[in-house]
Amino acid sequence: MSISPSITTAIPSSQYSNYQAKVARSRATSEPFLIRWLLIATVLGFLSLFLIVPLAAVFTEALRKGFAVYLAAITEPDALSSIKLTFIAALIAVPLNLVFGIAAAWAIAKFDFRGKSILITLIDLPFAVSPVIAGLIYVLIFGLQGWFGSTLLDNDIKVIFAIPGIVLASVFVTFPFVARELIPLMQAQGKDEEEAGLVLGATGWQILWRITLPNVKWGLLYGVILTNARAMGEFGAVSVVSGHIRGLTNTLPLHVEILYNEYNYAAAFAVASLLALLALLTLVLKSFVEWKAARDARLNELA
Amino acid sequence: MKKSLLTIALMALTTGLVAPITALAKEVTLLNVSYDPTRELYVDYNAAFSKYWQAKTGDTVKVNQSHGGSGKQARAVIDGLQADVATLALAYDIDQLSEKANLIPKNWQTHLPNNSTPYTSTIVFLVRKGNPKHLNTWDDLVKPGIGIVPANPKTSGGARWTYLAAYGQALKAPGGSDAKAKEYITKFYKNAAVLDSGARGATTTFVERGIGDVLVGWENEAYLALKEGAGKFEVVVPPVSILAEPPVTVVDKFAKKHGTEKVAEAYLNYLYSDEGQEIIAKNFYRPRNAAVLKKHESQYAKVDLFTIDDVFGGWTKAQKTHFSDGGVFDQIYLK
Repeated sequence: MSISPSITTAIPSSQYSNYQAKVARSRATSEPFLIRWLLIATVLGFLSLFLIVPLAAVFTEALRKGFAVYLAAITEPDALSSIKLTFIAALIAVPLNLVFGIAAAWAIAKFDFRGKSILITLIDLPFAVSPVIAGLIYVLIFGLQGWFGSTLLDNDIKVIFAIPGIVLASVFVTFPFVARELIPLMQAQGKDEEEAGLVLGATGWQILWRITLPNVKWGLLYGVILTNARAMGEFGAVSVVSGHIRGLTNTLPLHVEILYNEYNYAAAFAVASLLALLALLTLVLKSFVEWKAARDARLNELA
Repeated sequence: MKKSLLTIALMALTTGLVAPITALAKEVTLLNVSYDPTRELYVDYNAAFSKYWQAKTGDTVKVNQSHGGSGKQARAVIDGLQADVATLALAYDIDQLSEKANLIPKNWQTHLPNNSTPYTSTIVFLVRKGNPKHLNTWDDLVKPGIGIVPANPKTSGGARWTYLAAYGQALKAPGGSDAKAKEYITKFYKNAAVLDSGARGATTTFVERGIGDVLVGWENEAYLALKEGAGKFEVVVPPVSILAEPPVTVVDKFAKKHGTEKVAEAYLNYLYSDEGQEIIAKNFYRPRNAAVLKKHESQYAKVDLFTIDDVFGGWTKAQKTHFSDGGVFDQIYLK
């Protein structure tokens, strides 16, 4: 998943809503026919080479041996358990990052305090650190030779090479998405409405539920979608802490690798196609959210 | 109404009849942490062992598998991947379980027959159909312009056997010396197109991605690729190679914790049984059992095999000289 291709596009602020009317096609904003055609051809060529062809390849490879093989590959017990584990990881990582992301963005956008820039840097850390290092951090902390290793072993608690480790790694790599999405949005909106609420006697929770959250709901949803996509697709960090036990600690991306390494190409691509479908679904949801956000902004302006 | 009666009857049956039976017949799970190319071997073997164990004791055994480069797998067990048995590519990696984490006794290799290695293998070449580059001997590999696909000796056990086979044959060749062998091995890795982290990764690089002219690695892996790659490849057996001995062990500390010592030991012992050896041969490894080996004689090419003890003075020494940080491999590969 790409990191943050369009942090700004989801901002439902007024300058975007009537953008199209302001820059209607005029001589100043359109190029000669040939150049326009060339640019469009380049973009289409690039897109089909780097996106559409690989995507088509995944599905043709997946269905090469027929639909029955495809279905068998994704309903086989090991595949099902990897799907289940992927969902578990996402189901825990997304709500956690939702809560922490809102809290962090709220604190950063609405208040001034010492160490604010350090906090922002910390939130960005998972983007800066290679996922492999993220996984190794947990091995160093919870591994048998790590800080808590022997205590955990004595108390029969498994963290790495088990589900908790995979969840931890997923939470770590997806940590910035919600906060990164909300901070610019909240900063752009300012705190006038909250202050008005406060003056009128609203409690803190009322301000949060009635003012702050409704104002950022589309940005928030967008962050959640990105978090979910990354949590389900993460390979590197999860690979380090997984232990690769078939049917127990393999997520979808790891299961694809195993199948591929076992000469089971049709099955590998069948499972990969599930991830591709997930990506497509993410894109559709993302476009829907952006469209909704823009529409809301337009309506607000009219009102 | 009828349905709910049936449900009640079923529930009564389950609680009244089945429960005592399941209390007697245990369900045991084992975790076998293994190296890269043994995936197919253990799929077959685990099924056979479960059947054998159920007939013998009534218990059902489910064996979970984890595969990867041998060194990487050893590292995972040391870091707490709770394997009941470790079946790795070479003795040094299992030694680390004792040395770095004290999970097994120092003399683990004496616990099972044949130095705890139920089968052997060797290092051969896999080339593209018709052997277009005429690669028949070790010397052919280091000619300029040949793309070799070995794996990374730092992480892969098979790759370390490959390195030692290449080095050892140069050492044993007429007029061979350490200097000559070093010169050979330098040229060898200069021709390396990629270094994958595990043996299976190297095979897919060569077979699927079509990179390189020759895959140098496990005999069993080469024959498996031959079987999968329908007529696109050929196995070339060099005149001299190394006797590779991939050992097995119960990981005592974890097995004790899980209460699976007995099953784990039986699991490894059964590898030496006629059925176990037969499965081993079927997956292109070389069985220890002379009768089984003879039966499958035709599938193994005659190679002059040398051992690591004879040529390198054992794994500990070989590891220290060649693969540790700053060892011979680092010196020649970084150059």
